[in-house]
Amino acid sequence: MSAPTRVPAGAPEHLTGPGSGGVGDDAERPDGVLKVRGEFAYGSDLWMADMLWGATLRSPHPYARIRSVDTSAALATPGVRAVLTADDVPGEKVYGLELADQPVLALDVVRYQGEPVALVAADHPETARLAATRIRVDYEVWEPVTDARTALGHRTGNQVHDSAPEVTELSRENAHLHPQGNLVRHLKIRKGDPAPAADVVVVGEYEVGMQDQAFLGPESGLAVPAEDGGVELHVATQWLHVDQRQICSALGLPPGQVRLTLAGVGGAFGGREDLSMHVHACLLALRTGRPVKMSYNREESFFGHVHRHPATMRYEHGATRDGQLVYVKAEIYFDGGAYASSTPAVVGNGGTMGIGPYVVPSVHVDCYGAYTNNPPCGAMRGFGSVQTAFGYESQMDALAAELGMDPVELRCRNAMEQGSTTPTGQVVDSPAPVAELLRRLAAMPLPTRDDGGEVDLRDMPGGVSNTTHGEGVRRGVGYAVAYKNVGFSEGYDDYSTARVRLEVVGGEPTATVHTAAAEVGQGLVTVEQQIARTELGVERVVVHPKDTTVGSAGSTSASRQTYVTGGAVKAACEAVREQVLARAQRLVGRTVPDLRLAGGAVVSDSEDITVPLADLLGDDVLEETLEWRHRPTEAIDPETGQGFAHVQYAFSAHRAVVDVDTELGLVKVVEMACTQDVGKAINPQAVIGQIQGGTAQGLGLAVMEEILIKDGTVRNPSFTDYLIPTILDMPPMRIEVLEYADPHAPYGLRGVGEAPNISSGPAVLAAIRAATGLPLARVPVRPEHLTGT
Amino acid sequence: MDFLRPTTWAEALEARAAFPGAVAIAGGTDVMVGINFGRLRPASLLDLTRVAGLQEWGTEDGAVRLGAGVSYARVIGELGDRLPGLAMAARTIGSPQIRNRGTVAGNLATASPAGDAHPALLAADAEVEVASVRGTRRMPVRDFYTGVKRTALAPDELIAAVSVVPPSGPQQFSKIGTRNAMVVSVAAFGLALHPDRRAVGTGIGSAAPTPRRAPAAEEFLAGELTSAGLWESRAELPEATAARFGELVAAAAAPIDDVRGTARYRVHALSVIARRALTWAWADYRNDPAKEI
Ligand SMILES: Cc1cc2nc3c(=O)[nH]c(=O)nc-3n(C[C@H](O)[C@H](O)[C@H](O)COP(=O)(O)OP(=O)(O)OC[C@H]3O[C@@H](n4cnc5c(N)ncnc54)[C@H](O)[C@@H]3O)c2cc1C
Repeated sequence: MSAPTRVPAGAPEHLTGPGSGGVGDDAERPDGVLKVRGEFAYGSDLWMADMLWGATLRSPHPYARIRSVDTSAALATPGVRAVLTADDVPGEKVYGLELADQPVLALDVVRYQGEPVALVAADHPETARLAATRIRVDYEVWEPVTDARTALGHRTGNQVHDSAPEVTELSRENAHLHPQGNLVRHLKIRKGDPAPAADVVVVGEYEVGMQDQAFLGPESGLAVPAEDGGVELHVATQWLHVDQRQICSALGLPPGQVRLTLAGVGGAFGGREDLSMHVHACLLALRTGRPVKMSYNREESFFGHVHRHPATMRYEHGATRDGQLVYVKAEIYFDGGAYASSTPAVVGNGGTMGIGPYVVPSVHVDCYGAYTNNPPCGAMRGFGSVQTAFGYESQMDALAAELGMDPVELRCRNAMEQGSTTPTGQVVDSPAPVAELLRRLAAMPLPTRDDGGEVDLRDMPGGVSNTTHGEGVRRGVGYAVAYKNVGFSEGYDDYSTARVRLEVVGGEPTATVHTAAAEVGQGLVTVEQQIARTELGVERVVVHPKDTTVGSAGSTSASRQTYVTGGAVKAACEAVREQVLARAQRLVGRTVPDLRLAGGAVVSDSEDITVPLADLLGDDVLEETLEWRHRPTEAIDPETGQGFAHVQYAFSAHRAVVDVDTELGLVKVVEMACTQDVGKAINPQAVIGQIQGGTAQGLGLAVMEEILIKDGTVRNPSFTDYLIPTILDMPPMRIEVLEYADPHAPYGLRGVGEAPNISSGPAVLAAIRAATGLPLARVPVRPEHLTGT
Repeated sequence: MDFLRPTTWAEALEARAAFPGAVAIAGGTDVMVGINFGRLRPASLLDLTRVAGLQEWGTEDGAVRLGAGVSYARVIGELGDRLPGLAMAARTIGSPQIRNRGTVAGNLATASPAGDAHPALLAADAEVEVASVRGTRRMPVRDFYTGVKRTALAPDELIAAVSVVPPSGPQQFSKIGTRNAMVVSVAAFGLALHPDRRAVGTGIGSAAPTPRRAPAAEEFLAGELTSAGLWESRAELPEATAARFGELVAAAAAPIDDVRGTARYRVHALSVIARRALTWAWADYRNDPAKEI
């Protein structure tokens, strides 16, 4: 089928691991020991003896016209093998996840600082970078549009895109989207009374800064030209097949000639759903006939991937005097930056779930995604829901204060439950224990205060930097609850493919699971093994490297892989099991109704039958490949936003306890408590890990994480000044995991990864408000906001 | 890139003189960041980690002489009692890995206004010992900083050591960052009370083009302590004195707005940490009557 290939050092191998354990067990990761020992090969470790290094020249301007590009000095640099510009892109010159609007290499206009303009391949990375600086680009610098409302003409402004980007066939939920000018998507929800009135009305405006995924492994990959004129790309990514589709289109090659293998991924959080160096490395490899490696450094990484959309929001909540919500009006703006990326879907989430997990009779939402000249924004854990949760949960607290009610009580009184109707008119048809999550949190004991003993600076705001020994410190407690759709919504055909093989290797029954689902650190490889062990009753399960020789698994995003790829692996195992049991029936010579697989054998509880798989299979290999889908969702009505938009919801709630040095504006989060319904914990330890990690990332956005932008220019593209929480910022947690099965999902499970990232930050913000009495309308909260300086 | 590895101080100074383009490297926690970010492409590196004796500290004429190669981790572990202010500053620097490698001399030579050793060294009246094939000279640390990331080091000179007289009174160090660890300071303050000399030492970080002292605050406080007889009585310090001291420290700053904080916040924060540092130092002084002055 494919041409002979050369395998680079650092390419993934089959994973087995020493682990055991089926569904519901704390199974060990097959890659855990390698990672702890530092032996796991990440994308940046890929290596081939004769490889070249690629480098990217990026635009220093957020908005400019390119008058000319002169590559001669770069080409003349000794050691340089190729210098490429947009003219060298053989296929479609633009690409994109949902809309093809982003140039592979800048065409005539650059729309954000860091936009790739030209590529260099050289013998040495230093040579490649040096040569890139010798490319002369003559720019006519334009005034950037850096505000979403301005870009939409809701304030005055000019247009970033003068023509409507084309909708590609892979568009997720934008079938009804008619982009025009700087509008990427406008989602409307119109439910209930169009002119509602209420006893008590609370209005608030909120703002969320631009967060970065801050994954540790920078964008990396190695492209190897193949003898058939195609290319093999080893790359750290999130969704091999959507990459493949876009690479094929840019290279003008059929899928058979663009073969992808997942390299070791050092975190993703949404930041690898868009292409980075993928097409670039392939272009250079095909031009030079040599393997080409590209690996961003930290600074380039900040320019090399999309970020979380900054948002501005205006909310109006109306309620009865006894705290029953009557209506919510919301106006939400997402700044999508220069290119669409997944802005349409982010707007989908922000709009449809933008009032939180509450029952509200009348809802009026306008949610916009806009093009600006800021860095492109796209997928990040929580995807549109993180931003709105800051808005609606701030409103719930403000309403509680206005009513003189306990904030938890107000939330519980309005909490969504099974059978409730969402703002999109969808009836929640599986457990939705929102009130229970909150009540369980409220019932947890609060951390005790230090009682005057010796001060441990590590417990103080400022830590060992020695800024307070208790002076100015006030404590606050805050609550927040969130919900998030699991899987792709609004009618998207959201499926995964699994190939499962059962055979006897060295006398031991062995299952091999092959999917293209990206393992990005979350532990999907463990889950795949657990499901195969449970369904096939074997101990040894091999995880095949993730590649495009099997069908798409969809994206490792939207909290969906355990659900969807887990579902596919389960279904493929069941198909293999049917074959095995049919064989066993034939061997036994009659129908035994309760044959099952356990301990590497076919057994029956009613009869004394044990047929070892080794005997039953001999040298035969049983293999099944199938696609699996969750039940379909549907597009929402473009005028009213009504429709069965989401397949499943995940729910989590947080309580934050903070100490704030009110004089210095420094914050120490003392404790985070979380309750989450996961339906079924496939791997309880991994569930706890997701809750802790999600909580930390949400806390980070609340108090420190922000890409600071001035006039379209990034001011802090490094970990020196883009701060993420350290162990002294992230406190110990109390976690309670609930397991109310969703009858529609495999094993009853719910996606886990995103919900805790959504409720954590708003709880921290609420706690800081409680400690300081300040209204605080923006995250991350800075010392300046707390001290009025 | 050449990698020069002298093993004696004399060889190091000769190499320094012979290779003007060479960049000295001690812990490498500044140099390697510069190289990795492409800001630094030195013709050669002059590795000081093998120079005999440079990793040592000792006492000389009543002062602690800290060899240029002594790490922060060792300042914290071995000199917490003799150089309390510097050790407190060292505790706030980076992470355990950075403290295991980074040195005070490296902090000095980088001379970043945000370097955390500076306020402690300024407050303690430290002296810097620099050397070249031409000879050795010593200067008060306040004369060492000549501009933004510029120092009094001549091109052929290396820092040999830092000398600090162990304190006759309490010292404090306080640093503001927007994270609870591993953070570049937004403002920092070092304080030393010198009861033996009836003097006060201060140092301000991250709030001016160079690390600097707050002379008006020093004079004010020393004057108040003397005129009220507080050096001797060790009586309670009036709150108004502490507050005024904080204001004078803040008034000595000349900060800018940057990604880490606004100038207004820096001034405000300095007034608070200077006041608090003084109250802590004074409490220490009051609780330590055993220490004769
Ligand atoms: C993650 C991280 C966190 C950090 N956190 C902090 C922090 O919190 N506070 C802080 O102040 N700094 C911090 N730094 C900066 C750095 O650690 C300090 O400045 C440290 O003191 C540098 O010492 P070094 O020995 O590593 O210097 P090097 O990097 O080896 O050298 C620094 C400079 O000093 C010169 N030099 C070194 N030794 C001599 C000598 N004997 N004579 C003449 N010149 C010499 C070098 O040529 C170079 O210019 C951090 C750095 C990193 C990477």
